[in-house]
Amino acid sequence: MRLTCPLCGDRDRREFYYYGAEDYLHRPAEGAPLADLDNYLHLRDNPAGVTKDLWYHEAGCSQWLLVTRNTVTHEISGVELVAGRKA
Amino acid sequence: MRYSGLKVITEGLFGNKGWTPAWRDPAPKAEYDVIIIGGGGHGLSTAYYLAKNHGITNIAVLEKGYLGSGNIGRNTTIVRANYFLPGNSEFYSHSMKLWEGLESDLNYNVMHSQRGLINLFHSDGQRDAFVRRGNAMINQGDDAILLDRDGVREHLPYLDFDNTRFPIYGGLLHPRGGSARHDAVAWGYARGADQRGVDLIQNCEVNGIDIENGVVRGVQTTRGAIRAKKVGIVVAGRSSQVAAMAGMRLPIESHVLQAFVTEGLKPVINHVISFGMGHFYISQSDKGGLVFGGDLDFYASYASRGNLPMVEHVMEAGMTLMPMIGRAKVLRSWGGIMDMSPDGSPVIDKTHVDGLFIDCGWNYGGFKAVPASGWCMAHLMATGEPHEVAAKFRLDRFATGHLLDEEGTGSQHNLH
Repeated sequence: MRLTCPLCGDRDRREFYYYGAEDYLHRPAEGAPLADLDNYLHLRDNPAGVTKDLWYHEAGCSQWLLVTRNTVTHEISGVELVAGRKA
Repeated sequence: MRYSGLKVITEGLFGNKGWTPAWRDPAPKAEYDVIIIGGGGHGLSTAYYLAKNHGITNIAVLEKGYLGSGNIGRNTTIVRANYFLPGNSEFYSHSMKLWEGLESDLNYNVMHSQRGLINLFHSDGQRDAFVRRGNAMINQGDDAILLDRDGVREHLPYLDFDNTRFPIYGGLLHPRGGSARHDAVAWGYARGADQRGVDLIQNCEVNGIDIENGVVRGVQTTRGAIRAKKVGIVVAGRSSQVAAMAGMRLPIESHVLQAFVTEGLKPVINHVISFGMGHFYISQSDKGGLVFGGDLDFYASYASRGNLPMVEHVMEAGMTLMPMIGRAKVLRSWGGIMDMSPDGSPVIDKTHVDGLFIDCGWNYGGFKAVPASGWCMAHLMATGEPHEVAAKFRLDRFATGHLLDEEGTGSQHNLH
């Protein structure tokens, strides 16, 4: 598997650290109910198909990337920088 | 039909014409007392123990493919009871006891072999952790023996003891650990359940769960609607999809784990061995192939195949630990879909729907748990109360903070 980093280009999967589903970008506000924190930390849609997840370009530009990917075919359809994106 | 040595001999003398199929191939009935979704190891053992321990025999096991076509046929067959945390320790201890009586109970040769499991350690810190783990195992009533470097050398003279980067300090020997023939476990439970009247229905995919006023009424399948008073979801890597049919969002992320087998060799590895620095584990099957594996591929996946970086990593770890295997040719590699939970421990619990139960989150340790998982899931479904050795495997423990994080790696699904 290879990922096309917006800054570094087409790179080997081994340069990236996988963090999990994009849920980690949606941290509940301080004082949010515990159910929201459970949802954020533990519960996952876990789709068999297209998903969005977070990858860190550890051995490259050190940017967090939001990757659109198919969990069944391993096809990658989009990679964008987390920093500066419109939420 | 009861299997025995005498039966094998007499059948051999008379042309093997007397064997009958190990289980029936029934069409689904309109209604059952219990439906188990998933005909893998855990689903089949749940059905078996519901029939055997609780006298509930009007059961259907619904399998979308063929029996045992998932992780029960894709694992590295390790059986052990070396867990540390209260909650896990008693559960796996119970499972080990069931393994030890499994063949006579099922009248089926599952080739359970207690050849001894050795977990190697490579630093003082790791040694301390293993001493603590060994004491926890002994306190649980199981067995653990701490080996120093020379002790390991006696058992495993072929390891690379001179490795400068990962020196072998010693190992924790778990003599009752070992392996079993994975497919035979599924087949043995399937045959045992069928003999007690359970309908094993293959090529029957569930695509809906019928719920009325918060009570489960049955399931929709590719072979029509089937009513049931109770339904159990036991589908491992596909748990999130099936649970979503009942409106649930699970604490599960599905990941691919690869395994490898070499060509058949003469006996060289007598134990099950794990490498403490590379997450590499290996044993030799009765057929002679070296069966080994390592870590997850680390990203969420439903593809039953992995990627090359982990293949490379596993081979490197194997060569670092025991260079002698370098001449063996790898025959096959494959992947299985693991239901990874955020604390590395499973769930056997009721759901928010009356009569709907779930057994999932086995991470990559589901094989050894097959007997106790079925035992405890059957107990829960029959009595409505959790079995005492599985009482901590609650679905709500993530929300309440009662995590069972055996490795202490936090709530990231792929780190367990």
